[in-house]
Amino acid sequence: MTTQVKHVDEVTIRFAGDSGDGMQLTGTRFTETTAIAGNDLKTLPDYPAEIRAPAGTLGGVSAFQLMFGSKTVFTSGDAPDVLVAMNPAALKVHLKELVKGGVILANADAFSDKNLKLAGWESNPLEDDSLSSYTLYSVQMTKLVNLALAESGLAPKSIDRTKNMFALGILFWMYNRDPEPTFRWLKEKFSKAPVLAEGNITAIKAGYNYGDITRIFNTSYRVERAEIPKGKYKSVTGNEATAYGLVAAAKKAGKEIFLGSYPITPASEILHTMSKLKNFGVKTFQAEDEIAGITSAIGASFAGDLACTTTSGPGLALKSEAIGLALITELPLVIVNVQRGGPSTGLPTKTEQSDLLQALYGRNGDGEVPVIAASTPSDCFYAAYEASRMAVKYMTPVILLTDGYLGNGSEPWKIPSVDELDDFEISHPKAEDFSEDVKFQPYKRDEVTLARPWAIPGTKGLEHRIGGLEKVDVSGDVSYEPMNHQVMTHLRVDKVAGMTREIPQTEIFGEAKAKLLVLGWGGTFGAIHVGVDRAQQKGYSVSQIHLRWVNPLPADLGDIFKNFDEILIPELNMGQLSKIIRMNFLRDVIQLNKVQGLPFKGSEIETKIYSILDKK
Amino acid sequence: MSDKNAIKVEPVALTRKDFVPGNEVRWCPGCGDYSVLAQVQKMFPEMGIKREDFAVISGIGCSSRFPYYMDTYGFHTIHGRATAIASGVKLANPALSVWVVTGDGDGFSIGGNHMIHLLRRNIDINVLLFNNRIYGLTKGQYSPTSLPGAKTKSSPFGSIDNPFIPASVAFGAEASFIARAIDVDVKNMQDVLMESHQHKGTSFVEIYQNCVIFNDGAFADVSNKKTRPDHALFVKHGEPMVFGADQNKGIIIDGSHPKVVDIGKEYPIERILVHDKTNPLITNLLLQMTLDNHFPTPFGVLRQVDKPTYDEGLISQIDAAKEKLGEGGLEELLALGDVWEV
Repeated sequence: MTTQVKHVDEVTIRFAGDSGDGMQLTGTRFTETTAIAGNDLKTLPDYPAEIRAPAGTLGGVSAFQLMFGSKTVFTSGDAPDVLVAMNPAALKVHLKELVKGGVILANADAFSDKNLKLAGWESNPLEDDSLSSYTLYSVQMTKLVNLALAESGLAPKSIDRTKNMFALGILFWMYNRDPEPTFRWLKEKFSKAPVLAEGNITAIKAGYNYGDITRIFNTSYRVERAEIPKGKYKSVTGNEATAYGLVAAAKKAGKEIFLGSYPITPASEILHTMSKLKNFGVKTFQAEDEIAGITSAIGASFAGDLACTTTSGPGLALKSEAIGLALITELPLVIVNVQRGGPSTGLPTKTEQSDLLQALYGRNGDGEVPVIAASTPSDCFYAAYEASRMAVKYMTPVILLTDGYLGNGSEPWKIPSVDELDDFEISHPKAEDFSEDVKFQPYKRDEVTLARPWAIPGTKGLEHRIGGLEKVDVSGDVSYEPMNHQVMTHLRVDKVAGMTREIPQTEIFGEAKAKLLVLGWGGTFGAIHVGVDRAQQKGYSVSQIHLRWVNPLPADLGDIFKNFDEILIPELNMGQLSKIIRMNFLRDVIQLNKVQGLPFKGSEIETKIYSILDKK
Repeated sequence: MSDKNAIKVEPVALTRKDFVPGNEVRWCPGCGDYSVLAQVQKMFPEMGIKREDFAVISGIGCSSRFPYYMDTYGFHTIHGRATAIASGVKLANPALSVWVVTGDGDGFSIGGNHMIHLLRRNIDINVLLFNNRIYGLTKGQYSPTSLPGAKTKSSPFGSIDNPFIPASVAFGAEASFIARAIDVDVKNMQDVLMESHQHKGTSFVEIYQNCVIFNDGAFADVSNKKTRPDHALFVKHGEPMVFGADQNKGIIIDGSHPKVVDIGKEYPIERILVHDKTNPLITNLLLQMTLDNHFPTPFGVLRQVDKPTYDEGLISQIDAAKEKLGEGGLEELLALGDVWEV
């Protein structure tokens, strides 16, 4: 059979297998290689909460999807074009999503009677013709790696484990990818066990050559480089970008940074990433619990560090009281919540946007906490940077909302230059600014921002006490006076409301006046963008706005809304932003709510747009 | 470790007055807290630390009002979290002398978790635990150190809770410094405060403190000057464990148990057990005597050992990484990882 080379604009591949099959690693390596090859891309890791669920079961299937293309890619793809199924369970779980006529690359050796039964197949789908509407490649990967690595010196178990690298090799061939970066990566990763590095490299080569020589695949694909701006790039996940954004803010401001954190899925990678950055002076403190995570950070902020804490929904709940302390003591603090499915333990490894109301209101007493949301994995960098800058400028805790999809998902990121980052200057009061006549007052506010001064312990002459009890404005003394509490409550609310002056004019994708506005926030940006874009291409009167600050809301939003007949708010929750918009603007909205632990597909947004506008 | 990360100790021209902010102290008349405050205000100027380098951190409770009455940097935080907040303060600025003021409820009930983890990490922080065996600020409920049978507002039929001995919990949590003092015993308290300051690592000081309103006389036998000599054993490192109004009683080891004996012909002073603050067996023996009526209650420095501190560990890891990889700036940060050019 001859192989034709087909040029395509974009491809979605899903790697699926047992939790122990190394699908996340295989996906990540294909992603890195594809990014270096110059395609734009987005990824979606989707793995079970159990570390090793029983082998071969449907519950133990781990998947990794990426979409890459020669144009800008906004989501990790709707339905996969290619499904790599390393066992019957993986095929069972993911087949229904594969596009009709799509490619299945299966490890035939894993389709044993036992595994077929575990996955609920009555007969072997690789042999019974039931997959005839797809392009099926059934390859004996386990057997082939065993042949290729017979002389490698690796133990049989280790050899079996390289079958994911064999599959990766086939895909490298199929998509004309250079395996060299992965070879380099393997040599580095297994620098202390060169036999393992060589074994994995051999498996990749075997897979690659299998594709090249056997010619069983009738097509290989070429996805041209994407037209992307010139510059330096690297691949980042949202969690990595968040970590870099926080540290970049500290570096730009000339501050030391302190992270107090307790491990929690899916936020732990921020702690991991920052823990590595010791030579940047980053102080990470793995606390004994979520409360100690945030309270240690509050202590560090009091002592003058740029302080942050990272968590997911259940952890944010535990931090509530301490957020109130940061609020009333008016100390800068960044609280990152990588949202996951809730309530309670919920869906630890799955994405959701259901902590918006918790972020906005999850505290005792009145008082506003600014809330900013990142929209893409690399945007986490800028959102974390901005959260830090605003926390310090306004002397307030700021909550940064990302989610599991953004946190674990990755994309190529055009690295900014140092000068491209917003200025971030911090001034602390000094002894010489004060005298017997002009005494230091810990709650004397900046006239514009209403921020109080950040006097650092160790500074001579500025000794003062702060705390969770209500304070008198200016002096900071404790006070239970009725009118004082009224004044201070207003001041705290007004301070956050005033942050709208920092929010740039709202960008509208599409016409400023149209029949429908699709309004989103956070990690749904890409899917909404794809849906709106496709509808616009078809001539529908629809525009998109994506919120970055959810509190305070942009000042121009109310006027913008007047130019749209309807507002659609797609959310991965039961309508939390919808509540906020109705409440603030006394205006009804149409909801689109998905709570399946998975991100929106562009097609879901698109379909909803049509269902609204076609009725008219 | 670089100088900026070490507490600077040098002669300072400070007096007690420099630490009195001049506001009204609002504890109940006769509260044991007044006495502790006075001793802390007296000892701070003698520690050779500048006023601006002190940070006093507290949680919630009567004793936690303490920072408002010290003219230093201070933070009155939330219930139970002072130890965690103080950890952040110290790690952000290791040059500060950090003091936590907490109570038996704040430190061992709601804040028990943070307390044990601070102690095991051995961050260089001084913890003053005011133990009055009662909840004062919430007006008289039993605390985790209230004795069995204590009749309080929430235990009208007597407490059925088994109490903590705070110093024993500290020992179990691997504390490197454990001391005990009595609110009204000025001399021992001053010694303990000074040794606490001098110790590198977490210093845990349990202070028996009388609540005149809800638990008056809880420590009468050791507070009363007349009964104290027979009920309190003040230990000093390297000295025999002697007590009694006439200094005529001592502790010996009889088999594997401690025993109180009269010093004399049968038990000459040479046979009396000598305190060794570095020996965990001795510390444990003293702790076991605490609530046992056959023995005096031990006070003074019960344990002091040198162990690595978390704060020094953190700073030295950072210093070592900078040494090895060079100090990273913003540009290096942005260039981390596999970067390619388009």
